[in-house]
Amino acid sequence: MRLGLVIDMDTCVGCHACAVACKQWNTSGTTGALTDYRPYGEDPSGVWFNRVRHYEVGDYPNNKTVNIPMSCMHCQYADCVNVCPTGASYKRPEDGIVLVDQDKCMGCNYCAWACPYGARELDREDGVMKKCTLCVDRIYDEALPPEERQPACVITCPAHARFFGDFDDDNSEVSRLVRERGGVKQMPELGYKPVNTYLPPRITRPIPIDDVRANRLVSSVKDWVNKMVAR
Amino acid sequence: MHPAFSVILFTVISGAGYGLFILLAAFHLAGIGPAMSHGELLAHGAVSLGMITLGLMLSTGHLANKKNAWRSFMRFKTSWLSREAVFAVLFYPFAGIYGLGVLLQGAAIGPLPALAGVIAAVLAVITLFSTGMIYGCLKTIRQWNTALTPANYIMLGIATGTTLFAAIATVFGNATAMHAGVAMVALVAAAVLKAIYYFWISRVNGPTINTATTFNRATVRLLDTGHTAGTFLTDEFGYDPRKDTIDNVKMGVFLLGFVAPVLVFASILSGAPAGIAWLAAVSSLIGIGMERWLFFAEAKHVVRLYHGAQTCTNSLAEPARGRTSVAPVTDPTDARRWELGDTPGGSGS
Repeated sequence: MRLGLVIDMDTCVGCHACAVACKQWNTSGTTGALTDYRPYGEDPSGVWFNRVRHYEVGDYPNNKTVNIPMSCMHCQYADCVNVCPTGASYKRPEDGIVLVDQDKCMGCNYCAWACPYGARELDREDGVMKKCTLCVDRIYDEALPPEERQPACVITCPAHARFFGDFDDDNSEVSRLVRERGGVKQMPELGYKPVNTYLPPRITRPIPIDDVRANRLVSSVKDWVNKMVAR
Repeated sequence: MHPAFSVILFTVISGAGYGLFILLAAFHLAGIGPAMSHGELLAHGAVSLGMITLGLMLSTGHLANKKNAWRSFMRFKTSWLSREAVFAVLFYPFAGIYGLGVLLQGAAIGPLPALAGVIAAVLAVITLFSTGMIYGCLKTIRQWNTALTPANYIMLGIATGTTLFAAIATVFGNATAMHAGVAMVALVAAAVLKAIYYFWISRVNGPTINTATTFNRATVRLLDTGHTAGTFLTDEFGYDPRKDTIDNVKMGVFLLGFVAPVLVFASILSGAPAGIAWLAAVSSLIGIGMERWLFFAEAKHVVRLYHGAQTCTNSLAEPARGRTSVAPVTDPTDARRWELGDTPGGSGS
Protein backbone atom coordinates (compact mmCIF):
# COMPACT_ATOMS: atom_id res chain seq x y z
CA MET A 1 0.00 0.00 0.00
CA ARG A 2 1.07 3.54 -0.70
CA LEU A 3 -1.40 5.82 1.05
CA GLY A 4 -1.48 9.51 0.21
CA LEU A 5 -3.49 12.49 -0.90
CA VAL A 6 -4.54 13.98 -4.19
CA ILE A 7 -5.16 17.71 -4.09
CA ASP A 8 -7.08 19.45 -6.84
CA MET A 9 -5.57 22.90 -7.41
CA ASP A 10 -8.48 23.71 -9.69
CA THR A 11 -11.19 23.39 -7.08
CA CYS A 12 -9.24 24.42 -3.98
CA VAL A 13 -10.59 27.80 -2.95
CA GLY A 14 -7.92 28.47 -0.35
CA CYS A 15 -10.28 28.60 2.64
CA HIS A 16 -7.79 26.93 5.07
CA ALA A 17 -10.53 24.60 6.35
CA CYS A 18 -8.26 21.58 5.82
CA ALA A 19 -5.51 23.23 7.89
CA VAL A 20 -7.91 24.08 10.71
CA ALA A 21 -9.55 20.64 10.69
CA CYS A 22 -6.07 19.08 10.78
CA LYS A 23 -5.07 21.22 13.73
CA GLN A 24 -8.28 20.35 15.56
CA TRP A 25 -8.06 16.59 14.99
CA ASN A 26 -4.36 16.16 15.59
CA THR A 27 -4.11 18.42 18.60
CA SER A 28 -6.24 15.84 20.38
CA GLY A 29 -4.70 12.89 18.53
CA THR A 30 -1.65 10.67 18.95
CA THR A 31 0.89 13.46 18.36
CA GLY A 32 -1.02 16.20 20.16
CA ALA A 33 -1.14 18.73 21.48
CA LEU A 34 0.03 20.93 18.63
CA THR A 35 1.21 23.80 20.76
CA ASP A 36 0.19 27.39 20.16
CA TYR A 37 2.65 30.01 21.32
CA ARG A 38 1.27 33.40 22.47
CA PRO A 39 -2.18 32.62 21.02
CA TYR A 40 -3.56 35.97 22.17
CA GLY A 41 -0.29 37.91 21.92
CA GLU A 42 1.06 40.17 19.22
CA ASP A 43 3.01 37.50 17.39
CA PRO A 44 0.99 34.30 17.63
CA SER A 45 2.59 31.15 16.26
CA GLY A 46 2.26 27.42 16.57
CA VAL A 47 2.60 23.97 15.11
CA TRP A 48 0.56 23.09 12.03
CA PHE A 49 0.76 19.97 9.86
CA ASN A 50 -0.94 21.52 6.91
CA ARG A 51 -0.47 25.00 5.49
CA VAL A 52 -2.18 26.67 2.54
CA ARG A 53 -0.21 29.15 0.43
CA HIS A 54 -1.50 31.38 -2.33
CA TYR A 55 0.22 32.15 -5.62
CA GLU A 56 -0.38 34.17 -8.75
CA VAL A 57 0.39 32.04 -11.78
CA GLY A 58 0.92 33.67 -15.18
CA ASP A 59 0.99 37.33 -16.17
CA TYR A 60 -1.96 39.66 -16.45
CA PRO A 61 -4.35 39.25 -18.22
CA ASN A 62 -3.66 35.53 -18.42
CA ASN A 63 -3.14 35.11 -14.71
CA LYS A 64 -4.83 33.00 -12.09
CA THR A 65 -4.75 32.67 -8.34
CA VAL A 66 -3.78 29.16 -7.30
CA ASN A 67 -4.04 27.91 -3.73
CA ILE A 68 -1.62 25.19 -2.75
CA PRO A 69 -2.27 23.29 0.49
CA MET A 70 0.82 21.40 1.61
CA SER A 71 1.33 18.74 4.22
CA CYS A 72 3.67 15.76 4.41
CA MET A 73 4.07 14.12 0.99
CA HIS A 74 4.91 10.73 2.59
CA CYS A 75 7.75 10.46 0.06
CA GLN A 76 8.76 7.07 -1.26
CA TYR A 77 12.38 8.15 -0.83
CA ALA A 78 11.98 9.89 2.52
CA ASP A 79 15.33 11.54 3.27
CA CYS A 80 13.94 12.81 6.59
CA VAL A 81 13.94 9.18 7.73
CA ASN A 82 17.46 8.49 6.42
CA VAL A 83 19.07 11.49 8.14
CA CYS A 84 17.36 10.97 11.52
CA PRO A 85 20.15 9.96 13.95
CA THR A 86 17.88 8.54 16.64
CA GLY A 87 15.54 6.37 14.60
CA ALA A 88 12.58 8.45 15.75
CA SER A 89 11.54 9.14 12.14
CA TYR A 90 10.31 6.08 10.34
CA LYS A 91 8.31 5.06 7.32
CA ARG A 92 5.79 2.29 7.80
CA PRO A 93 6.50 -0.46 5.27
CA GLU A 94 2.89 -1.63 5.24
CA ASP A 95 1.27 1.62 4.06
CA GLY A 96 4.11 4.12 3.47
CA ILE A 97 3.05 6.57 6.18
CA VAL A 98 6.00 8.57 7.59
CA LEU A 99 5.76 9.06 11.36
CA VAL A 100 7.81 10.35 14.29
CA ASP A 101 8.21 8.30 17.45
CA GLN A 102 7.97 11.09 19.98
CA ASP A 103 9.61 9.01 22.71
CA LYS A 104 12.82 8.77 20.65
CA CYS A 105 13.06 12.24 19.06
CA MET A 106 15.79 14.51 20.46
CA GLY A 107 14.66 17.63 18.61
CA CYS A 108 17.77 18.25 16.48
CA ASN A 109 15.75 19.58 13.50
CA TYR A 110 17.81 17.53 11.06
CA CYS A 111 14.73 15.92 9.47
CA ALA A 112 13.18 19.35 8.92
CA TRP A 113 16.39 20.39 7.14
CA ALA A 114 16.15 17.33 4.89
CA CYS A 115 12.49 17.95 3.98
CA PRO A 116 12.07 20.15 0.89
CA TYR A 117 8.35 20.62 1.48
CA GLY A 118 8.41 22.16 4.95
CA ALA A 119 6.28 19.33 6.31
CA ARG A 120 7.95 19.07 9.69
CA GLU A 121 7.62 21.56 12.50
CA LEU A 122 9.35 21.45 15.86
CA ASP A 123 7.05 21.75 18.85
CA ARG A 124 9.11 24.02 21.06
CA GLU A 125 7.07 23.22 24.16
CA ASP A 126 7.37 19.45 23.84
CA GLY A 127 10.86 19.60 22.30
CA VAL A 128 10.02 17.05 19.62
CA MET A 129 9.44 17.16 15.89
CA LYS A 130 5.85 16.85 14.73
CA LYS A 131 4.37 16.15 11.34
CA CYS A 132 1.32 15.04 9.39
CA THR A 133 0.34 11.49 10.33
CA LEU A 134 -2.18 11.15 7.48
CA CYS A 135 -4.58 10.83 10.45
CA VAL A 136 -3.26 7.33 11.08
CA ASP A 137 -5.35 7.21 14.25
CA ARG A 138 -8.48 7.90 12.23
CA ILE A 139 -8.12 5.98 8.96
CA TYR A 140 -7.70 2.65 10.81
CA ASP A 141 -10.33 3.32 13.50
CA GLU A 142 -12.87 0.54 13.09
CA ALA A 143 -15.23 2.25 15.51
CA LEU A 144 -15.88 4.85 12.82
CA PRO A 145 -18.22 4.23 9.89
CA PRO A 146 -16.17 3.36 6.75
CA GLU A 147 -16.85 6.68 5.00
CA GLU A 148 -15.33 8.55 7.95
CA ARG A 149 -12.09 6.55 7.93
CA GLN A 150 -10.33 9.33 6.03
CA PRO A 151 -7.95 12.12 7.08
CA ALA A 152 -9.68 15.07 8.73
CA CYS A 153 -8.55 17.45 5.96
CA VAL A 154 -10.23 15.31 3.30
CA ILE A 155 -13.52 15.00 5.17
CA THR A 156 -13.77 18.69 5.93
CA CYS A 157 -12.84 20.16 2.54
CA PRO A 158 -15.96 22.14 1.48
CA ALA A 159 -14.77 22.36 -2.13
CA HIS A 160 -14.13 18.61 -2.33
CA ALA A 161 -10.61 19.35 -3.53
CA ARG A 162 -8.91 16.61 -1.51
CA PHE A 163 -8.92 12.86 -2.04
CA PHE A 164 -7.35 10.08 0.02
CA GLY A 165 -6.46 6.60 -1.11
CA ASP A 166 -3.98 3.94 -2.11
CA PHE A 167 -1.74 4.91 -5.03
CA ASP A 168 -0.65 1.29 -5.53
CA ASP A 169 -4.21 0.32 -6.39
CA ASP A 170 -4.84 1.22 -10.04
CA ASN A 171 -8.61 1.22 -9.48
CA SER A 172 -8.61 3.61 -6.53
CA GLU A 173 -10.12 7.06 -6.89
CA VAL A 174 -6.73 8.74 -6.38
CA SER A 175 -5.06 6.64 -9.10
CA ARG A 176 -7.91 7.32 -11.48
CA LEU A 177 -7.77 11.08 -10.83
CA VAL A 178 -4.00 11.21 -11.32
CA ARG A 179 -4.39 9.28 -14.57
CA GLU A 180 -7.28 11.31 -15.95
CA ARG A 181 -6.20 14.77 -14.86
CA GLY A 182 -2.45 14.44 -15.38
CA GLY A 183 -1.39 14.68 -11.74
CA VAL A 184 1.92 16.42 -10.99
CA LYS A 185 4.47 16.25 -8.19
CA GLN A 186 6.33 19.09 -6.53
CA MET A 187 10.11 19.34 -7.03
CA PRO A 188 10.47 15.92 -8.69
CA GLU A 189 14.09 16.79 -9.59
CA LEU A 190 15.18 16.26 -5.98
CA GLY A 191 14.27 12.58 -6.29
CA TYR A 192 12.22 12.26 -3.10
CA LYS A 193 9.34 10.68 -5.04
CA PRO A 194 6.51 12.37 -3.12
CA VAL A 195 3.32 10.31 -2.96
CA ASN A 196 0.91 13.23 -2.64
CA THR A 197 -0.06 14.42 -6.10
CA TYR A 198 -1.53 17.71 -7.31
CA LEU A 199 -4.07 18.08 -10.09
CA PRO A 200 -3.36 21.10 -12.30
CA PRO A 201 -6.13 23.61 -13.04
CA ARG A 202 -8.37 22.55 -15.90
CA ILE A 203 -8.28 24.51 -19.14
CA THR A 204 -11.34 26.75 -19.24
CA ARG A 205 -12.96 29.05 -21.75
CA PRO A 206 -11.26 32.45 -21.88
CA ILE A 207 -12.97 35.05 -19.74
CA PRO A 208 -13.49 38.38 -21.58
CA ILE A 209 -11.36 41.07 -20.06
CA ASP A 210 -12.39 44.21 -21.99
CA ASP A 211 -15.21 46.45 -20.83
CA VAL A 212 -18.33 44.36 -21.40
CA ARG A 213 -20.66 47.37 -21.20
CA ALA A 214 -21.85 48.50 -24.59
CA ASN A 215 -20.90 52.10 -25.25
CA ARG A 216 -24.45 53.48 -25.71
CA LEU A 217 -25.57 57.13 -25.70
CA VAL A 218 -27.30 56.87 -22.31
CA SER A 219 -24.27 55.31 -20.62
CA SER A 220 -21.97 57.90 -22.21
CA VAL A 221 -24.12 60.75 -20.88
CA LYS A 222 -24.24 59.09 -17.44
CA ASP A 223 -20.49 58.77 -17.39
CA TRP A 224 -20.08 62.42 -18.38
CA VAL A 225 -22.52 63.58 -15.71
CA ASN A 226 -20.80 61.47 -13.09
CA LYS A 227 -17.49 63.04 -14.01
CA MET A 228 -18.87 66.57 -13.90
CA VAL A 229 -21.01 66.48 -10.77
CA ALA A 230 -19.00 66.71 -7.59
CA ARG A 231 -20.05 64.21 -4.93
CA MET B 1 19.43 28.92 7.45
CA HIS B 2 19.25 30.14 11.00
CA PRO B 3 22.79 29.92 12.45
CA ALA B 4 22.59 28.06 15.78
CA PHE B 5 25.23 29.44 18.13
CA SER B 6 25.89 26.07 19.78
CA VAL B 7 26.53 24.38 16.43
CA ILE B 8 28.96 27.15 15.40
CA LEU B 9 30.89 26.79 18.66
CA PHE B 10 30.85 23.00 18.44
CA THR B 11 32.14 22.71 14.89
CA VAL B 12 34.82 25.38 15.36
CA ILE B 13 36.12 24.26 18.76
CA SER B 14 36.05 20.50 18.27
CA GLY B 15 37.21 20.96 14.65
CA ALA B 16 40.32 22.75 15.93
CA GLY B 17 40.73 20.04 18.58
CA TYR B 18 40.69 17.27 15.98
CA GLY B 19 43.05 19.28 13.79
CA LEU B 20 45.44 19.71 16.71
CA PHE B 21 45.36 15.98 17.41
CA ILE B 22 46.06 15.16 13.75
CA LEU B 23 49.08 17.54 13.85
CA LEU B 24 50.30 16.02 17.11
CA ALA B 25 50.09 12.50 15.71
CA ALA B 26 51.78 13.53 12.48
CA PHE B 27 54.67 15.36 14.19
CA HIS B 28 55.17 12.78 16.91
CA LEU B 29 54.50 9.44 15.23
CA ALA B 30 55.70 10.18 11.72
CA GLY B 31 58.75 11.92 13.16
CA ILE B 32 58.15 15.22 11.41
CA GLY B 33 59.81 18.23 12.97
CA PRO B 34 61.86 18.51 16.14
CA ALA B 35 61.59 16.06 19.00
CA MET B 36 58.94 17.05 21.54
CA SER B 37 59.45 16.94 25.28
CA HIS B 38 57.21 14.84 27.51
CA GLY B 39 55.43 17.95 28.77
CA GLU B 40 54.82 19.34 25.30
CA LEU B 41 53.31 16.08 24.06
CA LEU B 42 50.98 16.00 27.05
CA ALA B 43 50.03 19.66 26.60
CA HIS B 44 49.09 19.16 22.92
CA GLY B 45 47.11 16.04 23.80
CA ALA B 46 45.32 17.60 26.77
CA VAL B 47 44.33 20.75 24.85
CA SER B 48 43.04 18.77 21.86
CA LEU B 49 41.03 16.32 23.97
CA GLY B 50 39.71 19.19 26.08
CA MET B 51 38.56 21.14 23.04
CA ILE B 52 36.99 18.09 21.41
CA THR B 53 35.10 17.26 24.61
CA LEU B 54 33.99 20.85 25.17
CA GLY B 55 32.77 21.04 21.57
CA LEU B 56 30.83 17.79 21.80
CA MET B 57 29.16 18.96 24.99
CA LEU B 58 28.25 22.29 23.39
CA SER B 59 26.75 20.43 20.42
CA THR B 60 23.84 19.29 22.55
CA GLY B 61 22.96 22.95 23.12
CA HIS B 62 20.63 23.18 20.13
CA LEU B 63 18.69 20.03 20.93
CA ALA B 64 15.11 20.62 21.96
CA ASN B 65 14.96 17.34 23.86
CA LYS B 66 18.41 16.74 25.36
CA LYS B 67 17.44 13.66 27.35
CA ASN B 68 17.24 11.67 24.12
CA ALA B 69 20.68 12.78 22.88
CA TRP B 70 22.13 9.33 23.63
CA ARG B 71 19.86 7.90 20.96
CA SER B 72 21.81 9.74 18.26
CA PHE B 73 24.13 6.73 17.95
CA MET B 74 21.28 4.51 16.76
CA ARG B 75 21.17 5.11 13.01
CA PHE B 76 24.75 4.52 11.89
CA LYS B 77 23.53 2.83 8.72
CA THR B 78 21.85 5.85 7.15
CA SER B 79 22.51 9.04 9.10
CA TRP B 80 25.71 11.09 8.89
CA LEU B 81 24.84 12.72 12.22
CA SER B 82 24.80 9.28 13.78
CA ARG B 83 28.08 8.36 12.08
CA GLU B 84 29.69 11.55 13.36
CA ALA B 85 28.57 10.76 16.90
CA VAL B 86 29.87 7.18 16.68
CA PHE B 87 33.25 8.17 15.20
CA ALA B 88 33.61 11.03 17.69
CA VAL B 89 33.15 8.61 20.60
CA LEU B 90 35.20 5.82 18.98
CA PHE B 91 38.08 8.32 18.83
CA TYR B 92 38.34 8.46 22.62
CA PRO B 93 39.57 4.91 23.47
CA PHE B 94 42.30 5.04 20.79
CA ALA B 95 43.33 8.56 21.78
CA GLY B 96 43.27 7.35 25.40
CA ILE B 97 45.62 4.40 24.75
CA TYR B 98 47.97 6.71 22.86
CA GLY B 99 47.78 9.31 25.63
CA LEU B 100 48.43 6.69 28.29
CA GLY B 101 51.46 5.52 26.33
CA VAL B 102 52.82 9.06 26.20
CA LEU B 103 52.06 9.59 29.87
CA LEU B 104 53.92 6.44 30.97
CA GLN B 105 56.66 6.16 28.37
CA GLY B 106 57.23 9.74 27.18
CA ALA B 107 58.12 10.45 23.56
CA ALA B 108 59.56 6.97 22.93
CA ILE B 109 56.29 5.05 23.02
CA GLY B 110 55.91 1.41 22.10
CA PRO B 111 54.33 0.14 18.86
CA LEU B 112 50.88 -0.51 20.39
CA PRO B 113 50.19 3.03 21.68
CA ALA B 114 51.71 4.37 18.46
CA LEU B 115 49.28 2.31 16.41
CA ALA B 116 46.41 3.53 18.59
CA GLY B 117 47.59 7.10 17.94
CA VAL B 118 47.57 6.55 14.18
CA ILE B 119 44.07 5.04 14.35
CA ALA B 120 42.86 7.97 16.50
CA ALA B 121 44.25 10.46 13.97
CA VAL B 122 42.50 8.64 11.13
CA LEU B 123 39.25 8.64 13.18
CA ALA B 124 39.71 12.38 13.74
CA VAL B 125 39.81 12.92 9.96
CA ILE B 126 36.78 10.64 9.50
CA THR B 127 34.88 12.56 12.21
CA LEU B 128 35.62 15.87 10.48
CA PHE B 129 34.48 14.31 7.20
CA SER B 130 31.26 13.08 8.84
CA THR B 131 30.58 16.55 10.26
CA GLY B 132 30.93 17.97 6.77
CA MET B 133 28.71 15.26 5.29
CA ILE B 134 25.91 16.10 7.77
CA TYR B 135 25.53 19.24 5.68
CA GLY B 136 26.94 17.96 2.40
CA CYS B 137 24.34 15.19 2.02
CA LEU B 138 21.30 17.48 2.14
CA LYS B 139 19.78 17.85 -1.32
CA THR B 140 17.45 20.52 0.05
CA ILE B 141 20.25 23.03 0.65
CA ARG B 142 22.09 23.42 -2.63
CA GLN B 143 24.87 25.56 -1.14
CA TRP B 144 25.89 22.61 1.04
CA ASN B 145 25.22 19.76 -1.35
CA THR B 146 28.79 19.54 -2.66
CA ALA B 147 32.02 17.63 -1.98
CA LEU B 148 33.54 21.01 -1.11
CA THR B 149 31.60 20.99 2.17
CA PRO B 150 33.34 18.01 3.84
CA ALA B 151 36.64 19.08 2.23
CA ASN B 152 36.27 22.48 3.89
CA TYR B 153 35.44 21.00 7.28
CA ILE B 154 38.56 18.81 7.17
CA MET B 155 40.85 21.54 5.87
CA LEU B 156 39.62 24.26 8.26
CA GLY B 157 39.91 21.88 11.22
CA ILE B 158 43.51 21.11 10.27
CA ALA B 159 44.33 24.79 9.60
CA THR B 160 43.07 25.96 13.01
CA GLY B 161 44.80 22.91 14.52
CA THR B 162 48.16 23.97 13.05
CA THR B 163 47.96 27.49 14.51
CA LEU B 164 47.17 26.03 17.93
CA PHE B 165 49.96 23.48 17.53
CA ALA B 166 52.48 26.20 16.75
CA ALA B 167 51.21 28.37 19.61
CA ILE B 168 51.42 25.61 22.23
CA ALA B 169 54.93 24.70 21.01
CA THR B 170 56.12 28.23 21.87
CA VAL B 171 55.23 27.64 25.53
CA PHE B 172 57.82 24.85 25.60
CA GLY B 173 60.37 26.86 23.67
CA ASN B 174 60.13 24.40 20.83
CA ALA B 175 58.80 26.69 18.11
CA THR B 176 60.67 26.10 14.87
CA ALA B 177 60.50 27.36 11.33
CA MET B 178 58.83 24.06 10.55
CA HIS B 179 55.84 24.84 12.82
CA ALA B 180 55.34 28.22 11.18
CA GLY B 181 55.86 26.78 7.70
CA VAL B 182 53.34 23.95 8.16
CA ALA B 183 50.79 26.39 9.62
CA MET B 184 51.23 28.76 6.67
CA VAL B 185 50.83 25.96 4.12
CA ALA B 186 47.69 24.67 5.86
CA LEU B 187 46.20 28.18 6.14
CA VAL B 188 46.86 28.99 2.49
CA ALA B 189 45.41 25.66 1.37
CA ALA B 190 42.31 26.21 3.52
CA ALA B 191 41.93 29.76 2.20
CA VAL B 192 42.12 28.57 -1.42
CA LEU B 193 39.56 25.83 -0.75
CA LYS B 194 37.25 28.33 0.96
CA ALA B 195 37.60 30.76 -1.93
CA ILE B 196 36.67 27.97 -4.35
CA TYR B 197 33.60 27.25 -2.19
CA TYR B 198 32.51 30.91 -2.20
CA PHE B 199 32.99 31.05 -5.96
CA TRP B 200 30.97 27.86 -6.38
CA ILE B 201 27.99 28.88 -4.24
CA SER B 202 27.66 32.17 -6.10
CA ARG B 203 26.47 30.19 -9.13
CA VAL B 204 24.73 27.16 -7.66
CA ASN B 205 21.40 26.17 -9.17
CA GLY B 206 18.57 23.78 -8.43
CA PRO B 207 14.79 23.85 -7.99
CA THR B 208 12.90 27.07 -8.68
CA ILE B 209 9.52 28.42 -7.62
CA ASN B 210 8.25 26.82 -10.84
CA THR B 211 9.19 23.24 -10.06
CA ALA B 212 8.19 23.80 -6.43
CA THR B 213 4.65 24.82 -7.37
CA THR B 214 4.52 22.54 -10.48
CA PHE B 215 3.75 25.48 -12.80
CA ASN B 216 6.74 25.12 -15.06
CA ARG B 217 5.63 27.27 -17.95
CA ALA B 218 4.39 30.40 -16.22
CA THR B 219 5.67 33.10 -13.93
CA VAL B 220 4.74 32.31 -10.35
CA ARG B 221 4.60 34.88 -7.57
CA LEU B 222 3.71 34.51 -3.95
CA LEU B 223 0.48 36.29 -3.04
CA ASP B 224 0.20 35.20 0.57
CA THR B 225 2.01 32.75 2.80
CA GLY B 226 -1.22 31.92 4.61
CA HIS B 227 -0.07 32.81 8.11
CA THR B 228 -0.13 36.09 9.97
CA ALA B 229 3.04 35.68 12.04
CA GLY B 230 6.26 33.71 11.98
CA THR B 231 6.31 29.90 11.97
CA PHE B 232 8.92 27.26 12.66
CA LEU B 233 9.72 27.27 8.95
CA THR B 234 10.26 31.02 8.72
CA ASP B 235 12.37 31.02 11.88
CA GLU B 236 14.54 28.11 10.79
CA PHE B 237 14.87 28.74 7.06
CA GLY B 238 13.88 32.37 6.57
CA TYR B 239 17.10 33.84 7.91
CA ASP B 240 18.02 36.41 5.30
CA PRO B 241 21.06 38.57 6.10
CA ARG B 242 21.77 41.63 4.01
CA LYS B 243 24.28 41.36 1.17
CA ASP B 244 26.60 43.93 2.77
CA THR B 245 26.56 42.00 6.07
CA ILE B 246 27.59 38.87 4.20
CA ASP B 247 30.34 40.74 2.35
CA ASN B 248 31.69 42.26 5.57
CA VAL B 249 31.73 38.91 7.35
CA LYS B 250 33.39 37.31 4.33
CA MET B 251 36.08 39.98 4.53
CA GLY B 252 36.51 39.10 8.22
CA VAL B 253 36.81 35.40 7.38
CA PHE B 254 39.72 36.01 5.04
CA LEU B 255 41.43 38.74 7.10
CA LEU B 256 41.14 37.16 10.55
CA GLY B 257 40.96 33.54 9.49
CA PHE B 258 43.77 33.39 6.94
CA VAL B 259 45.64 36.64 6.18
CA ALA B 260 46.42 37.73 9.74
CA PRO B 261 47.65 34.27 10.91
CA VAL B 262 49.81 33.88 7.79
CA LEU B 263 51.31 37.34 8.41
CA VAL B 264 51.98 36.41 12.03
CA PHE B 265 53.84 33.26 11.02
CA ALA B 266 55.69 35.14 8.27
CA SER B 267 56.92 37.68 10.83
CA ILE B 268 57.97 34.84 13.14
CA LEU B 269 60.02 33.41 10.30
CA SER B 270 61.62 36.81 9.75
CA GLY B 271 62.64 37.16 13.37
CA ALA B 272 59.67 38.24 15.48
CA PRO B 273 59.28 36.54 18.90
CA ALA B 274 57.65 33.12 18.54
CA GLY B 275 55.13 33.89 21.29
CA ILE B 276 52.98 35.94 18.90
CA ALA B 277 51.87 32.61 17.40
CA TRP B 278 49.10 32.82 20.01
CA LEU B 279 47.75 35.84 18.12
CA ALA B 280 47.53 33.67 15.00
CA ALA B 281 45.71 30.93 16.94
CA VAL B 282 43.13 33.32 18.41
CA SER B 283 42.70 35.19 15.14
CA SER B 284 42.19 32.02 13.11
CA LEU B 285 39.61 30.69 15.60
CA ILE B 286 37.64 33.95 15.44
CA GLY B 287 37.92 34.00 11.63
CA ILE B 288 36.72 30.40 11.31
CA GLY B 289 33.90 31.20 13.75
CA MET B 290 32.79 33.89 11.31
CA GLU B 291 33.20 31.43 8.44
CA ARG B 292 30.89 28.99 10.23
CA TRP B 293 28.26 31.68 10.80
CA LEU B 294 28.43 32.53 7.11
CA PHE B 295 28.20 28.85 6.19
CA PHE B 296 24.74 28.75 7.80
CA ALA B 297 23.59 32.28 7.02
CA GLU B 298 24.35 31.97 3.30
CA ALA B 299 22.72 28.56 2.86
CA LYS B 300 19.23 28.79 1.43
CA HIS B 301 16.78 25.95 1.98
CA VAL B 302 14.47 25.09 -0.94
CA VAL B 303 11.38 25.52 1.28
CA ARG B 304 11.96 29.26 0.77
CA LEU B 305 10.63 28.76 -2.76
CA TYR B 306 7.20 28.34 -1.21
CA HIS B 307 7.66 31.61 0.64
CA GLY B 308 8.39 33.70 -2.41
CA ALA B 309 12.03 33.07 -3.38
CA GLN B 310 12.27 32.54 -7.13
CA THR B 311 15.40 30.36 -7.13
CA CYS B 312 17.61 28.47 -4.71
CA THR B 313 20.07 31.32 -4.54
CA ASN B 314 18.17 34.56 -4.63
CA SER B 315 17.21 36.41 -1.54
CA LEU B 316 13.57 36.90 -0.64
CA ALA B 317 14.27 40.61 -0.96
CA GLU B 318 14.74 40.38 -4.71
CA PRO B 319 11.75 41.45 -6.78
CA ALA B 320 9.77 38.84 -8.66
CA ARG B 321 10.64 38.75 -12.33
CA GLY B 322 8.40 40.12 -15.04
CA ARG B 323 6.43 42.45 -12.78
CA THR B 324 6.95 46.15 -12.39
CA SER B 325 3.69 47.70 -11.23
CA VAL B 326 2.53 45.81 -8.16
CA ALA B 327 5.61 43.78 -7.30
CA PRO B 328 4.90 41.81 -4.14
CA VAL B 329 8.41 42.37 -2.86
CA THR B 330 10.31 45.38 -4.13
CA ASP B 331 11.33 47.28 -1.05
CA PRO B 332 14.12 45.43 0.76
CA THR B 333 12.96 46.82 4.10
CA ASP B 334 9.56 45.29 3.44
CA ALA B 335 11.13 41.98 2.61
CA ARG B 336 12.85 41.94 6.00
CA ARG B 337 9.42 41.63 7.50
CA TRP B 338 9.11 38.23 5.87
CA GLU B 339 10.74 36.82 8.95
CA LEU B 340 7.56 37.70 10.78
CA GLY B 341 5.54 36.06 8.04
CA ASP B 342 4.09 39.38 6.96
CA THR B 343 4.15 39.21 3.20
CA PRO B 344 3.88 42.52 1.43
CA GLY B 345 0.99 42.47 -1.01
CA GLY B 346 -0.74 39.73 0.92
CA SER B 347 -3.94 40.02 2.86
CA GLY B 348 -2.48 38.24 5.88
CA SER B 349 -5.43 35.91 6.11
